[in-house]
Amino acid sequence: MRWIWIDKFLEFQSGQFARAVKNLTLAEEHLHDHLPGYPVMPASLIIEGLAQTGGILVGEASGFTEKVVLAKIPRAEFLGVACAGDQLIYEVRLTDLRSEGAVVDAKAFLNGELLADLEIVFAHLDNTRSNQIFGPKNFVFTQQLLGVLDLAKAQERARLAEADSAAGNGLSRPLPTSEGGSS
Amino acid sequence: MPTQDQIFEKVQSTLVDALGVDEEDVTSGAALFKDLGAESIDLLDIVFRLERNFGIKIPRGELFPENVSDPDMVENGILTPKGLSEIKQRMPYADLSEFEKHPEVEKLLDLYTVDTLVQYVAGKLGSN
Repeated sequence: MRWIWIDKFLEFQSGQFARAVKNLTLAEEHLHDHLPGYPVMPASLIIEGLAQTGGILVGEASGFTEKVVLAKIPRAEFLGVACAGDQLIYEVRLTDLRSEGAVVDAKAFLNGELLADLEIVFAHLDNTRSNQIFGPKNFVFTQQLLGVLDLAKAQERARLAEADSAAGNGLSRPLPTSEGGSS
Repeated sequence: MPTQDQIFEKVQSTLVDALGVDEEDVTSGAALFKDLGAESIDLLDIVFRLERNFGIKIPRGELFPENVSDPDMVENGILTPKGLSEIKQRMPYADLSEFEKHPEVEKLLDLYTVDTLVQYVAGKLGSN
């Protein structure tokens, strides 16, 4: 199993807002253990999905040059549960960003209804110290995780090209360039 | 310019939100770490909230000094004269009179009381 708890970005406004989708399926191991006979997504994994959405939003805001780690969740409210077959929409808004870290407001929706409401604080690891411990590689933003954002960008480019083609513009329109240095 | 009491009340609610403590525990003399259970990662959260709640800018390292473990600042766990003078310069809003007698670096965190934050914010608002 890969530790990726979002399936796709639906919207990404650099430094401001991100919306991602998470589809729940019985192929996921955790639903068989949580809970036996009553498969609901653990709240901790919903938090992880929101943190991954927010973490990429925060990381992209500084060109993925910082190692962004989840520091603290000052507030988390859950108003329901999500089961196999459900689709969760994660919405994350960047409320504060400074050199030491960032804060996001993160919400999960199920069928348009608010399911979870969180505040998440991210810290930027001190580069000198983290390089001593972990080496210079940015272990937070692995290609695996950033692949989710790359996929959304590729789909957007394909959609734009298709729209151009349908409008009779052929393939003359240049594709939007990738931002954020994630590729 | 708000009064000291108004600043205290806002600092109090800031700490209730950041640390999940009860309002009555956030007294003027309560130490952030020893009495209110703050951890180092809470400091970033507190800085964010103070900026938001008071509309002030807190430059990195100004409220909670960084790099106090440099060898020329600390020797055998005690602040050197250079270290002490650096701390005094960085923390003009804190009462260091007792700390100066035995400037153990581990006790540095005890200097951060609710009142320290109130004085810091009052200084920022006064200079704005």
